[in-house]
Parts: sequence; C-alpha cells; structure tokens
Amino acid sequence: MTNTTHTLRTQDLGVRFGAFQAVADVNLSLEPGARQALIGPNGAGKTTLINLLTGVLKPTSGSIHMGGTDITRLPGDKRARMGLARTFQINTLFPSLTPLLSVVLAISEREGLGATWWRPLKGCTAVFDEAHALLRTLKLDGLADVPVAELAYGKQRLLEIALALAAKPRILLLDEPAAGVPQDESGELFEAIAALPADISVLFIEHDMKLVFRFARRISVLVGGRILTEGTPSDIGADPRVREVYLGSSHLHHHPHTHA
Amino acid sequence: MKALNLSPAQLRIAEAAFWLALASSFFLLPDKLTLMSQVLIFGLFAVSLDMALGYAGILTVGHAAFFGAGAYAAGLLAKYGWSEPFSGLVFALAVCGALGYALSYLVVRGADLTRLMITIGVCVLLYELANRLSGITGGTDGLQGVVIAPVLGLFEFDLYGKTAFGYAFGVVLAMFLLVRLVLRSPFGLALRGIHDSRKRMTAIGSPVEARLRMAYAFSAAVAGVAGALLAQTTQFVGIESIGFNRSAEVLIILVLGGTGRLYGGMIGAIVYMLVHDWFADMNPQYWMFWLGIFLIAAVMLGRGGIMGALSRFVRTGKAR
Repeated sequence: MTNTTHTLRTQDLGVRFGAFQAVADVNLSLEPGARQALIGPNGAGKTTLINLLTGVLKPTSGSIHMGGTDITRLPGDKRARMGLARTFQINTLFPSLTPLLSVVLAISEREGLGATWWRPLKGCTAVFDEAHALLRTLKLDGLADVPVAELAYGKQRLLEIALALAAKPRILLLDEPAAGVPQDESGELFEAIAALPADISVLFIEHDMKLVFRFARRISVLVGGRILTEGTPSDIGADPRVREVYLGSSHLHHHPHTHA
Repeated sequence: MKALNLSPAQLRIAEAAFWLALASSFFLLPDKLTLMSQVLIFGLFAVSLDMALGYAGILTVGHAAFFGAGAYAAGLLAKYGWSEPFSGLVFALAVCGALGYALSYLVVRGADLTRLMITIGVCVLLYELANRLSGITGGTDGLQGVVIAPVLGLFEFDLYGKTAFGYAFGVVLAMFLLVRLVLRSPFGLALRGIHDSRKRMTAIGSPVEARLRMAYAFSAAVAGVAGALLAQTTQFVGIESIGFNRSAEVLIILVLGGTGRLYGGMIGAIVYMLVHDWFADMNPQYWMFWLGIFLIAAVMLGRGGIMGALSRFVRTGKAR
C-alpha cells in the first residue's frame, strides 16, 4: 500500500481528553474519488475524527497523511490550502455577509488574495463570476444578496457545501450535511453531493441509512472511538456486529439514531 | 418603521456632503478652528481603533500607545532638525506600523481578556518610558520646541490654526480614504469573515492570525499618523498623548459613534468633542458630570452608537 494511492490516510490516530479516549487506533484511508460514509452511534467520535483530520483538534497519538505529506502537525488553514475542505454539523457560516460575498471570500482566500488591501474587491470580476457560477450549480443564485442570517435552514446547509466547494478541494469531509433538513429536502442535498466532480474524494457522516446505502461506495463504522469494521455497503449491511450496534442490544446507553 | 432608502449613488453624495460640511467649518467657525482640527484628528484616531476593534475584533484599551508613539516620533523628528511635515507623517506611520506589527504577535494570540490586559500593559509601559526619558521627551512637561516647516513650503502654521486645519483636513481625508479602500478590498472582506466566524475562516484556508496581525499593524500606523498630526499642528507633545486616559477616551468616541461602520469614529469624534466643549463652556467645574450623563444616555438609547441608530432609519441598497 503506497501513499500515492490514498489521498488521505491516518495511522493509529487517537485523541485523549484527560481520562477519556475519544478516538483510538483509527486507520482510515480515503482513495481518490472515494464516496465513503462514516457511520456509528451518537458519541462514537465521528465529529471528533473530522476535527482531527482538519486540524481543529491535535491528536495525542498517531499520524495523518495527505498524499505523501505528513500533515499531523500542520495548522488547519494550511491543510485547507492543500485541498482539504469540510462542512460543519452545526452551521458555521458568515451570518452578516451575503451568500455571494461568503463564496467570494472563500474563492479569494483560495486564490491567495486574502492579504490584498490595495485594490477594491469590486475589481475582482473573475472571483465574482466564479462565485455566481458556483451558487447557480447549488441553486442558490436567487438568494445571492440575501443576508446569510435570513436564509432558510436548508439553504444554509447548501451554503455550507458551497463554501467547501469554493476551495476547489481534492478531499471533502461532510459532517452530517443533511442534519436537521426535512427528509424530502435531504434527498435533494445528496443529489448535489452525488453530482460533485468524480475526482474529489468524499467522506461523509450521515445517520440516515437509506442515504448512506444509496450514496456510499464504502462504509466505515466507528464505535466507541474505534473502527469496528469497514467495507462495501453490502458487507456492512450483512455484518451482524453492525446490526447489533444499531439495534442497540450491546450499547443500550447509546441512543440508536437510525431513521432507516 | 419606514426606512429611508439610499442607493449607492446617493450614499456617495451623502459621503461627499459630510466632508464638505467638515471643510466648510473653515469659513463658518473661524474662531473654532483649533477645536475642529482636534475633532478631525480624534476622528481619524477613532477610525484607526475601529479597524482593530470593530473590523478585526481585537479588543484593545491601549491604542494611545500608537497615537502617542506617532506624536513623539513626529515631534522628535521636527525638534531635532527635520521639520518638513509630510515626511514627518510618513516617519510616524512607519514607526507605528512597525511597532504595531511587533506587538501584534503578543496581542493577536490571546483571548479577549488577555488582549485587554496586554494592550493596557503596553500603553502603561510606554507612558512610563516617556516619563522616565524626560531628557528626550520632556517628561510630564511635554515635548517642547517642536518647529514645523510650512506645508508644501507655502503655508506657515499660524496662530489662528488656519493652516493647521487645512493640513489636518487634507491628511485626515486622505487617510480615511485609504482606510476605506483597505476595508473594501479582499483583505477587508477577510476581516469581516474573521469577525463573523474564525472557525470557518480557518476551514476555507485563511491564515487568521496573519490577517489579524496585518490589521493591527495597519490600525497602529493610522493611529500613529493621527498622533503625528496632533504633534505637528500643536507643535507640542503632551505626555497624556500616550496615556491610558486617552485610550479610554478614544474607545468612548468610537462606541458613541458606532463600531464597525467606517464613519462611526468620525461621527463619534464630532459629537463627543463638541459636546465636551459645550459642557466645559457651560459648566467649567462640573462638566465631566454632565458628559458622563450624556454618554450613558447616548449608549442606552442608541444601541450600536449613533451610526447604529442611523442605520435603523436609513437603509442602504445593495451596499458594496
């Protein structure tokens, strides 16, 4: 197994908060163009794992590699500039900006314009054109000039994805992209995700098993901070241990969170 | 509530009118020119604070450190032989920009309370330094013997403050336009982003601390120019220029005018200084008492300062 076949790979990754081992011995690898789901009961450490991958949290053990580079100690913004983008489970947007300016900001940072102080933003027409085009692909173009704080919740979820895509990522980590979105709209949201360029590697956390089995080509199951098992949707669907976890028979204290 | 709608073109006219009104005080208030120069200078100082506080979100109560450093830089330069005013401003700008950038490594890292303490600490430290080095700075007597050459070699600084006003007006307007340009640049947008969500800025690849350091250095440089202007137009540097009181005063001016709104600092300075002057005339002994009441009333009635109150009546169409 060489580094170049995997765009993102962790080795024995773990983090401990005091006496609590939140994530332990995670060996995860994401192939180019992956559509991989990360599932597991509440409190399994899924978001913590994403936070480790993106540099929000520092691991206490193990390492993270992107392509051939060890990124374990790199700050989050550097990882993002290398092509690692994410969305947040809880909307983390720019409430006082408009969707257009939010996306313009993300593109301008990607293009290294963030320190440009000597010319007006208005003059950056290429950035605005790209922002309009991106909003159009996510059907947000009609809301380009509405303050983000006034957008409907579902639209804010789409903007989460728009901001991640504006970075033109190689790897995209989606933390419950459809969380809180009504079921009929969550399908739409995943259609947008399915339509992403094939060469982007996507890892997504999702609780809705119907969506997971429809869109994932590979599934990793995280339980108690450890990878329980990993495989194709049919492997996972047939795995008695996964069924046990999700039926709650051995983890009654975890509230089963499946809508399937 | 019916709000007045202003298009971008109308907004530009309102801006021009604002500066024309300020300029007209040259003719309308000929015996208040010294006060008006100070209004302009403190307005610029408050605008510089707004860059750090209102836009970058860096809580600082020590901004007089840069105002005072700029004043001493320009004052000392003039006292020891280089009296051309514009190069004095550039010198103060460079000194304070560098000082701000160096201190930004201390200030930007911490959380709000840490920043508060560090900025106060630095300001107090510089005050004591100015006090100790009285051989150079004149200590509590202030820096005297500052001689400034005529502006452009033509306009000598006169007793009535005519040249001082014209010079201050030109420089403040130019610096204000520079700040406006910076805040409307991609860098300015990044600052708004950081103000809204640091977490998201990091996630889109923005080196947040580097952006904040730059904003702090910028803000320090502009504050330095304001201080230099005061030194040059009054041909004197009082040690209170660098004191904690001045830091608190400029904070009051900005909060009164409204933070994060570009014009908040200018409007705040106009209202604060004029009310200050009016109360001091009316009641020379207890004017501070009335000023205190005025400030409490103003902040309680108008959330977001004067500009905040205004924005509830006037809507600007597609801004920027």
